[in-house]
Amino acid sequence: MNAAHLPQPAEIVERIRESDNIFTLKLRFADAAYQANYCYAPGQFNMVYLPAVGEVPISLSSDPEDDHLAHTIRVAGRVTRGLAELKSGDSLGLRGPYGRAWPLASALGKDVVVVTGGLGCAPVLAVIHYVLRRRSAFRRLVVIQGVKHGHDLIWAAAYAAWAQQPDCQILVAADAADALWPWHVGSAIPLIEQAQFDPAHAVAMLCGPEGMMVAAARALAARGLDESAIHLSLERNMQCAVGLCGHCQLGGHFICRDGPVFAYPEVKLLLERGGL
Amino acid sequence: MSVPVYLPRPQLQQLFDVLIGYGYRIIGPVARDGAISYDEIVSASALPWGIRVRQEAGVCRLQTASDERGFAWANGPQAIKPLVFAPLEPLWRMSRRGANFEVEAVKAEERPTAVLGVRACDLAALALQDRHFLGGAHVDAHYAARREGLLLVAVNCTHPAPTCFCASTGDGPQAASGFDLALTELDDGYTVSAGSQVGEGLLSHLALLPATPSQLAGVQQALHHAAAVQTRKLPGSNLHDVLLARLDHPRWQEVAERCLACGNCTAVCPTCFCHAETEQATLDAGSSTHRREWDSCFGERHGYIHGKQLRPATLQRYRQWLTHKLATWHEQYGRSGCVGCGRCIAWCPTGIDITEEAAALCAPQP
Ligand code: SF4
Ligand code: FES
Repeated sequence: MNAAHLPQPAEIVERIRESDNIFTLKLRFADAAYQANYCYAPGQFNMVYLPAVGEVPISLSSDPEDDHLAHTIRVAGRVTRGLAELKSGDSLGLRGPYGRAWPLASALGKDVVVVTGGLGCAPVLAVIHYVLRRRSAFRRLVVIQGVKHGHDLIWAAAYAAWAQQPDCQILVAADAADALWPWHVGSAIPLIEQAQFDPAHAVAMLCGPEGMMVAAARALAARGLDESAIHLSLERNMQCAVGLCGHCQLGGHFICRDGPVFAYPEVKLLLERGGL
Repeated sequence: MSVPVYLPRPQLQQLFDVLIGYGYRIIGPVARDGAISYDEIVSASALPWGIRVRQEAGVCRLQTASDERGFAWANGPQAIKPLVFAPLEPLWRMSRRGANFEVEAVKAEERPTAVLGVRACDLAALALQDRHFLGGAHVDAHYAARREGLLLVAVNCTHPAPTCFCASTGDGPQAASGFDLALTELDDGYTVSAGSQVGEGLLSHLALLPATPSQLAGVQQALHHAAAVQTRKLPGSNLHDVLLARLDHPRWQEVAERCLACGNCTAVCPTCFCHAETEQATLDAGSSTHRREWDSCFGERHGYIHGKQLRPATLQRYRQWLTHKLATWHEQYGRSGCVGCGRCIAWCPTGIDITEEAAALCAPQP
């Protein structure tokens, strides 16, 4: 472990409750010089360290130009449960950023199609914010989001607001929902047919359960999008984040180092196969 | 490599004395707990003289012979791996300072270490571990510190076990590179050659004789024999495509029924590199140590994510292990991850044999 790969103390400047078990921490490194030199790109992640408990890999959900970092975290285990207890002013450790980012440069001047499933999909949240902030650099923004139940949809107000923006299309689906649910009921995958984008000039970014991403990639390819323009962010058990501990392997890939963002053809056979 | 010279057995202690004089701690083979283990030794008398090791699938027994050989066995459960990639070691320490905390790296111990009696398969495995821990963008400082101070005295393998198949993987029985000195044991002494400048330097301190033609012929014959007697083999040097095409082969289920998912194979394998990171805190959580320890793809925590197992079934875990070792390793490091040491065969409680499984999985299909 090199000095560059030790957790750096960071202070929580704000804690935002997103839902019962999802929260966002806005953070700033205790060392101002470290903060000033810290560079990352959407899609990369940090190992978030809860002192005396352990580390978890969490994607960065802030914008690289913000004066703080943000991590949107879902309570899923021991470390995240502990992180959920922290308040603003508390300290935690961060080491990173790690991994390959979204190919935002290759999406410049193109339509951006974001497909996400599940809850609090932080890796694509960063993309949505990034595109909205630099609206003229990209063409259309299409966001397709699937959730299990309508009340799982966090940021509902944000989705409604994005839908009002020019050249934005927001398609949300819940497998089940209450009577007043304004969006589609059922799987999100068929909504891809309604997405308005130019397959010859578009880039898709996917995040969520692997089965859902495979289905979404197929549906996008059926719309004429080249598979190499489809990118997805994968999750695995990550402990070292530097390609050494072996936990994040998928086939010959070390997801922490070779990913977490992959072009679909790089992992297609492995994901279609499943159970590896 | 230098011209081979000859060290009569009574002079072997000189090698110990020279190494100790240079400040090395010597790690060498001893017969202990029913197996060959590598321990700190200061004298040639500690070597396993007259010891043989019977190794078969799921079996390892020490036996005695009436000769004076010290290296007439194939290997033990461990050799070099624990010396460079520690089974358990601290990476950093955290101490709280009021509302804040500090993190400090823990340095690895860097004592110069000479390993005596390393085998060709273990040198090949070390070269693979070097690529993993040192060859990428992230150089592991702990591994690097230990590796740097390592001096390697190989002893070519003249008594392979029935479990060995290094000849089929191309990694033995003769050490080809990666050593400072290489010895081959004969009835009354050793031919010696240097593989590095450090090795050459050591030679100049030993009372060596020129190796006679008959000694050299004896070495050739012993090494030829050591390769020829190996009956196990892998069905090819690159099984990447065939194994990945057979992920649904019924053999995976058959082997999963015998596999206990105990992880012995990954613990004894000289190339397995997986490790878990864990945090050990003091009772008041005022400070803690972040450690890494060997982990196994057969264990519960390897594929754990968000409260779920990625590979809940033993079938999936055995398949992950074997396809990594023999297939995807090629993608990562340009060769198979198996050096043919046979340890996983000998130390598997149910005697699962990697060569037999690979042969069944790769057999031509009708
Ligand atoms: S897979 Fe088995 S035979 Fe091959 S190097 Fe590892 S322990 Fe040795
Ligand atoms: S997280 Fe350790 S190898 Fe990827």
